[in-house]
Amino acid sequence: MRTDFVNPSPPSEDKRWRLVDATMRRHGRQSHALIESLHTVQESFGYLDEEALRYVAAVLRVPLSHVYGVATFYHFFTLKPPGEHTCVVCTGTACYIKGAASILSAIAQAEGVKPGETTKDGKLSLLSARCLGSCGLAPAVVFDGEVVGKMTPSLVLERIRGWTSRDGRGTA
Amino acid sequence: MTVEELHDIAMSEREAQGEYLHHIHVCMAAGCLSSRSDKVKEALEAEVKRCNGEKKCLVKGVGCMGPCAAGPLVSVAETGTMYRGVTPEDAADIVQSLGKEPVSRLVYPTDTPFTQRQVKVVLENSGKIDPERIEDYIAADGYSALLQALTSMTPAEVIEQIVRSGLRGRGGAGFPTGLKWTTVAKANGGRKFVICNADEGDPGAFMDRSVLESDPHRVLEGMAIAGYAVGASQGYIYVRAEYPLAIKRLRTAIRQAERQGLLGNNISDTQFSFHVDLRLGAGAFVCGEETALIASIEGKRGTPRPRPPFPAESGLWGDPTLINNVETFANVPPIIRNGGEWFARIGTEKSKGTKVFALAGRVVNTGLIEVPMGITLREIVYDIGGGVPDGRQFKAVQTGGPSGGCIPEQHLDMPVDYESLVQVGSIMGSGGMIVMDETSCMVDVARYFMEFCMTESCGKCIPCRVGTAHMFDLLTKISEGRATADDLALLEELCDLVQNTSLCGLGITAPNPVLSTLRYFRDEYLAHITERTCPAGACQMRR
Repeated sequence: MRTDFVNPSPPSEDKRWRLVDATMRRHGRQSHALIESLHTVQESFGYLDEEALRYVAAVLRVPLSHVYGVATFYHFFTLKPPGEHTCVVCTGTACYIKGAASILSAIAQAEGVKPGETTKDGKLSLLSARCLGSCGLAPAVVFDGEVVGKMTPSLVLERIRGWTSRDGRGTA
Repeated sequence: MTVEELHDIAMSEREAQGEYLHHIHVCMAAGCLSSRSDKVKEALEAEVKRCNGEKKCLVKGVGCMGPCAAGPLVSVAETGTMYRGVTPEDAADIVQSLGKEPVSRLVYPTDTPFTQRQVKVVLENSGKIDPERIEDYIAADGYSALLQALTSMTPAEVIEQIVRSGLRGRGGAGFPTGLKWTTVAKANGGRKFVICNADEGDPGAFMDRSVLESDPHRVLEGMAIAGYAVGASQGYIYVRAEYPLAIKRLRTAIRQAERQGLLGNNISDTQFSFHVDLRLGAGAFVCGEETALIASIEGKRGTPRPRPPFPAESGLWGDPTLINNVETFANVPPIIRNGGEWFARIGTEKSKGTKVFALAGRVVNTGLIEVPMGITLREIVYDIGGGVPDGRQFKAVQTGGPSGGCIPEQHLDMPVDYESLVQVGSIMGSGGMIVMDETSCMVDVARYFMEFCMTESCGKCIPCRVGTAHMFDLLTKISEGRATADDLALLEELCDLVQNTSLCGLGITAPNPVLSTLRYFRDEYLAHITERTCPAGACQMRR
């Protein structure tokens, strides 16, 4: 019986796969590199699609069911492509006490999205975080990776409208 | 790296810094960075440059200074003057004022209990050293404890000092650290591991993040000392992916320590080798539980397993593993440097040392504080925290996150130590402390934490998976004014069941917020049920 194993080649020519390969190689393509590899995929591509899950499973020689199990177990991983802009509302205790729920409901009313959803036009993804650790600045919201503290519903909606209307005129 | 070489680095760093007449520190931890302290630092540097060296001033990015809500924070090291809410436009005034009167409009008063009541052990370097330069840490006696342990102490002597210090785990449960180290040191097995739990999942807690961002080398040094004491040569730091700045600074710190020969093979020409790798969490609260954390490092779903065997005997890949929290490791270097007895003099009889708390919620001074064990909650909330703002009434202080409870006014004079907090129905927890006023409804708070536990339950054991969901439904019913007295009875029964039959700490402690609010604020529950009103006015009734 042949025991040598040919490493599968990446799903496409996309250069970002090299980053994924580098992570897997650094961990000796061992099965315990799974979470680290998924982190690299999400960092490079923005989300985990089926193609990526199959590729990582094949290289690390882990059952696809196991990869899918890990990818869906951890909240940080997303299997859906994110919108053009993301808005993360912190719902940690300090932010909750200082009104994070009213921020979420204001966004839901104005944009029609709940946490974990993306608007139909793909402009905005709304997420909620357990705690950003910025409790001193509660309530905190992250706009495209930038943490902004001491937020109010109207300030948040203003930022979001800035994205949607400006992008609407095509002058991003 | 020998002791002499370490000494030389420290000396030359101190000399280099001593050439400046003035030292301006700018907080570059996540809190102040999100209020754009990086721009403030650039402006200060530009201003110093514009003065053509006339001011002989060093502008240094440092870690957390404490009062995060007042950021961006800037301090002048020589005079101890602290400035709050600094903008880039203020740079010229600050630089011009050096050696003269401080800029009064920006001064943050430091002669208040907020600064004076604190005792800094873990945070001794926070806000003083540049977390991205190992030389600055070495100049503050950094890594001297590690080299002292390696060159003049046996592993048993190191453990002896930790035992004498009376240090207990700062992750929440308070297990004696010396005992844990002894067990791992005695465990059979050629390969052992040291894991640093930096999966700070409690909402409302940011102590570990601040330590990692402000003084990452301290944690590495603590881990290396632990590795020497228990006989491990590999360490892992399991850190939340939600903390990108902490990850970046840890990576820098590991690289620098390796380059200086303070991590790696044959440290200080001894037989001892120690390597540290990072593993990123992926947003699962349950991974703060040690067996779930180990599963996650192994690349699996983070579900806990029954104990025993404890990780000290069979942990990562089945080998003996020492798991301590960030703050626990951060306490180790000063204990070795100053001796266990020194540490044991701080705090109470059973709870030694200091504790770092993240003070937040409805309180005037929010931020990071470090206090000696045994201080009262009243001192923390009213003296250090400055009390409740806007003339509102204090209602409760929540400690321990979703595993803890709400402590009412009547227990505010109780000392903060592991046992007292358990007695009043809460826990020390990792250090989140959220103050609530009359506008917070206790049923709603209990429901908030139950929603958290329900979502974060890994689903492995039924009491936690089904029980938390059922309790959440009941709490929702109560908060909406749709519940009956039978529902309350069922809720209490479920609390008992989930507490006593769940597999891991998440489920076992999930009922705590409900139990503690029922204990002290039962009338609020009853108002929702019998009168169908929310006394705090927070819940929407659906009759």
